[in-house]
Amino acid sequence: MNAFKILAPGGFTSVQDRGRFGYQQMGVPVSGALDSFAFTLANLLVGNHENQAVLEITIMGPSLEIQKKMDIALTGARMGMFLNNNPVEQWKSIRVKPGDILTISQVQSGCRAYLAVGGGIKVPEVMGSYSTYAGGKLGGFRGRPLEKGDELTTHDTKLLDKQRSIPQNLIPQYPSNATIRAIPGPQDDYFNEGLTTLFATEYMVTAKADRMGYRLQGNALPIRKDMPKSIISEPSMPGGIQIPPDEQPIILLVEQTVGGYAKIATVISTDQSKVAQTTPGDMILFERTDLQTAHAVYMEKINKIAKIKELLWG
Amino acid sequence: MEAVKESGLYAKPIYRLAGDRGFLVEFGKGIDPRINSKVRTMARALEKNKHGGIREIIPTYRSLLLIYDPEITNPDRLCPLIEQAGNTLENQEDSPCNIVEIPVCYGGDFGPDMENVQKAHTLTPQQVITLHSSPEYLIYMVGFTPGFAFLGGLDEKLYTPRLETPRMLVPEGSVGIANNQTGMYPVASPGGWQIIGRTPLKLFAPDRSNPFLYKAGDKIKFMPISEQEYDLLSQKENNL
Repeated sequence: MNAFKILAPGGFTSVQDRGRFGYQQMGVPVSGALDSFAFTLANLLVGNHENQAVLEITIMGPSLEIQKKMDIALTGARMGMFLNNNPVEQWKSIRVKPGDILTISQVQSGCRAYLAVGGGIKVPEVMGSYSTYAGGKLGGFRGRPLEKGDELTTHDTKLLDKQRSIPQNLIPQYPSNATIRAIPGPQDDYFNEGLTTLFATEYMVTAKADRMGYRLQGNALPIRKDMPKSIISEPSMPGGIQIPPDEQPIILLVEQTVGGYAKIATVISTDQSKVAQTTPGDMILFERTDLQTAHAVYMEKINKIAKIKELLWG
Repeated sequence: MEAVKESGLYAKPIYRLAGDRGFLVEFGKGIDPRINSKVRTMARALEKNKHGGIREIIPTYRSLLLIYDPEITNPDRLCPLIEQAGNTLENQEDSPCNIVEIPVCYGGDFGPDMENVQKAHTLTPQQVITLHSSPEYLIYMVGFTPGFAFLGGLDEKLYTPRLETPRMLVPEGSVGIANNQTGMYPVASPGGWQIIGRTPLKLFAPDRSNPFLYKAGDKIKFMPISEQEYDLLSQKENNL
């Protein structure tokens, strides 16, 4: 039985789970939800386990016709959501029924929202994941973002006994001036004053910002004169800040496996969620951090999710 | 800087941080089969004693990227493991590699840039085919797009610059040359390589139990085939 039908697809709406792991050495990027925090909470709200497939919604929301009684929840970017023309809240589970029309409007703050449905979206598993890798026409719903008329199904599940919500103080804010923490490297030795500039001045998110990478604009980050302009191609991690010959930084994200330019620093994994919530025109200030701090921050996030889980199930 | 041995292999690896989940171990300077062989033997050694927290081991031209789970491990714990693996490998030979034969139909509609390559070097089509299909090309690494192999060993007589205007779409299976590199397009994508032929094999098939035909460290041998053979093989591939 179908769960919902797409009446209007929105900006770029795709099926994503946590990602496709283990195939980067064969050139298959990890893909997956860009804001892992909002993604995880969407699943927890509807009673799913942490890694079930959801819809990742970008800037402009979709409209859906509901075809099955189920619980849904929208987290991430503040979009405005309407059920049969009545406003409904985000970061809360909602019971919907066949015939309902769910409309998610335009982004007010942030960039990406996550719509989870009870049971999780069911699409064929490709190489261990449900995530869409649009660049490779792989995974998700037919390897592409959703289009008008698409009908999706969910895994079977029980309805929630009682509706769930995330307390206000735990809901992240998405300011248009984001401070993003990064660790110098892997090629910080290719730069000297560039490193100082990176952590001292703001960079604007350009229109060229997608799941592959975010091109930024700001003060030039020149490579040292005695170093080569490019490096021998090597694998890249999501969050790597690559400096091509135009000396403007690109934050590499989840649809990239190999790069040939030096990476001055790498955004810490926890703050990749913040990058994902910036839109063209937003300003990013990079804050220098170290590995120890990054790992402590990572553990804090894990503990926070564990606490929220307890809170929702309790 | 680290001391550099004659081949470009560092006496001790250079460690580089790639964020809070990636650790890059660089073994040498430049593109060199010996450095690449060291990368692969290290990858195998680490794979064998896969430490709890290592999630992925990605071999590349001259370095290994280790993706780890920061809940379980960190670079301080990984370094001794890497050194230990390095010591046990001191006198070990590279394991024998697979030679993967890739049938290619050269020229004609499948190789629209064959003429460019011929003209650049005043060669006959047969000479281009012989020069291209004679070597066993080492796969230094795989990446960029799914199944894209970075190959070493192209004959200097075939070095040809990229197209001045890249194509919007290069068909899946195309085989081409770009400067001193040769390679195959496992998925259709935009590209500026000089296309000289096409293979009927599916180089990347996500639904196949093993989606790939080769891995880093294997060698590729191109086998020239006729259009008839291409059609036959192509039918067979599509019926699988």
